[in-house]
Amino acid sequence: MPVRHGLFVEGPPPALVCGRCGTCAKVHFPRALLCPYCSADTVDEVHVRGPGTLWAFTAVTAPPPGYAGDVPYGFGVVELPEGVRVVARITESDPAALSLDESMELVVVALHTDELGRSVVTYAFAPGS
Amino acid sequence: MGVVEVAGVGMHPFGRHPDTSTTDMGVVAVRAALAEAEVGRGGFQAAFCGTAYGGVACGHKVLGALGMTGMPIVDVEAGCASGGAALQLAASAISSGQHDCVVVFGVEKMPRGIIRSSFFDPWQEEAGLAATPGYFALRAMRLMHTSGVTKDHLAAVVVKNRRHGAENPDAMFRSEVTAAEVLESRLVCEPLHLWMLCSPNEGAAAVVLRAGTGTGVRLASAVLRSHLPGSVLSESTPMSGLTDDAVVPPTTLAARDAFQESGLGPEDLDVVECQDTDAARELLSYEELGLCPAGGSAELLESGATTLGGRLPVNPSGGLLSKGEPLGASALGQVVELVRQLRDECGSRQVPGARTALSHTVGRGANAGVVVLQR
Repeated sequence: MPVRHGLFVEGPPPALVCGRCGTCAKVHFPRALLCPYCSADTVDEVHVRGPGTLWAFTAVTAPPPGYAGDVPYGFGVVELPEGVRVVARITESDPAALSLDESMELVVVALHTDELGRSVVTYAFAPGS
Repeated sequence: MGVVEVAGVGMHPFGRHPDTSTTDMGVVAVRAALAEAEVGRGGFQAAFCGTAYGGVACGHKVLGALGMTGMPIVDVEAGCASGGAALQLAASAISSGQHDCVVVFGVEKMPRGIIRSSFFDPWQEEAGLAATPGYFALRAMRLMHTSGVTKDHLAAVVVKNRRHGAENPDAMFRSEVTAAEVLESRLVCEPLHLWMLCSPNEGAAAVVLRAGTGTGVRLASAVLRSHLPGSVLSESTPMSGLTDDAVVPPTTLAARDAFQESGLGPEDLDVVECQDTDAARELLSYEELGLCPAGGSAELLESGATTLGGRLPVNPSGGLLSKGEPLGASALGQVVELVRQLRDECGSRQVPGARTALSHTVGRGANAGVVVLQR
């Protein structure tokens, strides 16, 4: 099950559920009711699939509050052709194996198994082939 | 607008104080500031308390313990800039003529380790996206990319601030460190090692403001600004941003307002206390405050200007890297340090002849606070 409904579609292919403002045309994620850039209520849902490029990256080595998955895990920002930069997990947890501007593909990854035995999944980016 | 003067300051040392309550730390700081100002019961008409984790009626509990209530007491939360926000409200109350004496204080008791913040939604925590040091690391990486900052520069910030902090009895860490030791400390989030990150901790700071004659330390400006949308690594911690690197950060918005209001500029400053939540944040603050041109932070650090003895010492108190960061108290802790610097009371960490000082805090919200003090 997704870590939150309405964030992404699992596909294949997966996509981020973004909002595009019908007034200023800027794209935001997660999709909001009002445009965060111009306050207009003319937001349309758009599905953004990538690939994107890696804009910043690190690895988180200690579990942050409320996180039950494995460490270390990759963490970064990916720039997408729609003009939006998105904070995301990165499937590569060794920063030395990543480089700025490399091509990144959107994927869906497992986070942990919840108390009902369901696999909780989220969006992430993986280095492209 | 009337002149606002700092009549008194007080601190409860920053550190870990398991046997002292939040209220009791606040009492120590407020009592000391009132004593310096020679203000007693009935001598002030309002109080503003900055805290992020202090809970309901935190300021009322402190003033209640002092037996000094009845006036308006306003608790203010603005993340790392909570104390700056409280100071801004207090200064406005005096400069507008509403009151002639007010008490401002910040108190905090933080748990150890990565801060758990109600700011994040549960799904962000579950997905590992509530990783505060991870955001610091991403910001550090971008600064390294745009400004030629290296890990050696990050270590040098820590060495500088810990050297300053060794001279500050109110700091938590009072030992000097070497660059090698900093780079050998545990890697938290590349490029940030443990000693490059400040420790959330406990403490209190207080300031008494009054309508002044201009003969003491004067509060030339106290500004609070929030963020403009669009920057993915903004302290507002959005999940997305625009491919636009020209969004003006809240620190720059606050600094511009503070310089305009005070009629001063970066070139007029003698001493600065700035947000060094992590070592890269201090360097980024140099650029965002206008202490150097964009991209010039590594060069400014290398020049030695920001070390004690340099042209513009930054964080003579040791900064948050030495003092630790009790969120609600950290901004006022800076102001206490700067007031003492302007009064020539800082002994071995004194910036000689300091007359103009700037304090800067920025954090989640986003909130950025800039205070300019003059003697």
